[in-house]
Amino acid sequence: MMMTARFLRLTGTSGLILLACLAAAAIYVPVANQFIPETSLFHVSTASVVVFGKYLCFAMLALSIDLVWGYCGILSLGHGAFFALGGYAMGMHLMREIGPRGVYGNPILPDFMVFLNWEELPWFWHGFDMFWFAMVMVLLVPGALAFVFGFLAFRSRVTGVYLSIITQAMTFALMLAFFRNEMGFGGNNGLTDFKDVLGFDLQADGTRIGLYLLSVLALALMFLICRGIVLSRLGKVLIAVRDAESRTRFIGYRVEHYKLFVFTVSAMMAGVAGALYVPQIGIINPGEFAPANSIEAVVWVAVGGRGTLVGAVIGGIGVNFGKSYFTGALPEIWLFALGGLFVVVTLFMPKGILGVLSQWRRKTAPAETAASTAPRTDEKAEERA
Amino acid sequence: MNTLSKELTHTVLYLDGISVSFDGFKALNDLSFVVVPGEMRAIIGPNGAGKTTMMDVITGKTRPDVGTALFAGQHDLTKLDEASIAQLGIGRKFQRPTVFESHTVRDNIVLALAGKRTVFDTLFARATEEEADRIDRVLDTIRLADRAGTMAADLSHGQKQWLEIGMLLAQDPSLLLVDEPVAGMTDAETVQTATLLKEIAKDHSVVVVEHDMSFVQDLGVMVTVLHEGSVLAEGSLDRVSADERVIDVYLGR
Repeated sequence: MMMTARFLRLTGTSGLILLACLAAAAIYVPVANQFIPETSLFHVSTASVVVFGKYLCFAMLALSIDLVWGYCGILSLGHGAFFALGGYAMGMHLMREIGPRGVYGNPILPDFMVFLNWEELPWFWHGFDMFWFAMVMVLLVPGALAFVFGFLAFRSRVTGVYLSIITQAMTFALMLAFFRNEMGFGGNNGLTDFKDVLGFDLQADGTRIGLYLLSVLALALMFLICRGIVLSRLGKVLIAVRDAESRTRFIGYRVEHYKLFVFTVSAMMAGVAGALYVPQIGIINPGEFAPANSIEAVVWVAVGGRGTLVGAVIGGIGVNFGKSYFTGALPEIWLFALGGLFVVVTLFMPKGILGVLSQWRRKTAPAETAASTAPRTDEKAEERA
Repeated sequence: MNTLSKELTHTVLYLDGISVSFDGFKALNDLSFVVVPGEMRAIIGPNGAGKTTMMDVITGKTRPDVGTALFAGQHDLTKLDEASIAQLGIGRKFQRPTVFESHTVRDNIVLALAGKRTVFDTLFARATEEEADRIDRVLDTIRLADRAGTMAADLSHGQKQWLEIGMLLAQDPSLLLVDEPVAGMTDAETVQTATLLKEIAKDHSVVVVEHDMSFVQDLGVMVTVLHEGSVLAEGSLDRVSADERVIDVYLGR
């Protein structure tokens, strides 16, 4: 009983609904893919399983952005970089897994290195043949970049729009760097033609369902980790920093340490999202570092509802679903439809989809105090202080 | 030297020859004054006299060009950052009430409560009964016990000011800096605030910056008059208001 109560407190009402939906999706999609005949309306094709898996990875990215932006007020427009770095770390492992099965049949060197007439493996490719090493790098590389970047930025008290701009610059610089062949990450084409992971064929239905389930699990876990952070006293300090940074400093908190902590944790989460994305999609290239990607991910969070976590997941899945739908249904004008959606949300739903939902719920059940931690719309207090 | 150090250990705050300039404008000009333990001091002065800059120097927000600023006779305030100074025991109330709007009144106090401030301490912090008692006591003092669960954003202007004072109390500093606590308050609120500050001054040293003369009168404490970044006069309100120079720059207008 105690455990249940504590778990309920951890998830919150909307979080519980989210987890239930994730559990339902975890059961339904594989069953519908394997056991419902293709002719049925309820069948889920293997291609769709991959697409759903992709949405889940985007939801994780959105969640990681909401943790820093929604709760600590750090508007990162460079989170795509952490996502891509996690993806590259995974991609490097998958490249090494190909072994002698590549076009050139070189047992050690990936095809693109043979093509560039390289004699031996660059030093930073060593170790990636081991799965565990690659997994450590998935966390460590984005985490280390975020730590160093954050250490310098937060120590110099770079905040607000200036911070957003340098995060954009960071992801842009990385994109340019990764485009270069000499960097040793496959240049323009990136890493692709993966064969298998841990001996499982990446093209097989079973592997795809497995990766999908892993994504569901990772998303659920990340959600719980975020809730744990947000509900702790540290979470209260984060909100305090978001609402009145100098006040927080003057009552004795080292604001930069808190920012650094949450920024690093968030970057690692984005890295995991990227690492799950790559084997499902089958390719990672420098395009993932594009500044527009990071901005788009921030839009998902805004659409879903900033500072709610659940909203970020809804936004990450919902907007991408809408994007896929519009590309199919309105191929000519889908970009306008998507743009229109953003305009509508910004104008009429400043607190996002979840904000509208909780407002509607409050109307029906006035006693409930919902979404109390969501940031207030007037954020002038800090600027004036 | 010996007499100086002896003198210093008897001060809470010791400012000597502090000068600060911004782009050639001298905000503080050879400012010196001393606050002794348990004292409440009112600082008055016209706009631009350097009151807020002085608070910035004491709390580590601004570094002085020259001068000495010591806390409790031994901590060099010009070398520490805001967080360390706050942890040493200097609390600051802003001119505009600054509270954490999307936290409840109680959570505002929880955050301010004296205690460990590192990332890992707060990540695994658990609310204790002793803490709860301290919070209740603070809430009683600032007369917000019945609003403990209210969002700080929903408080009135005066209540926000009190909440901020309450946060300072929870911090349990040995020196409180209070910047214009009654600006924008109703008369009734002003009187209540004076009572509140007097109560606080019983076991804390307090420096109050204020424009409102009748409020300073209510406090009935020693007054320091600032003008153009340095001390113009010091003494009881009656004495300084009789001072010719003070009348010229400030009171007489």
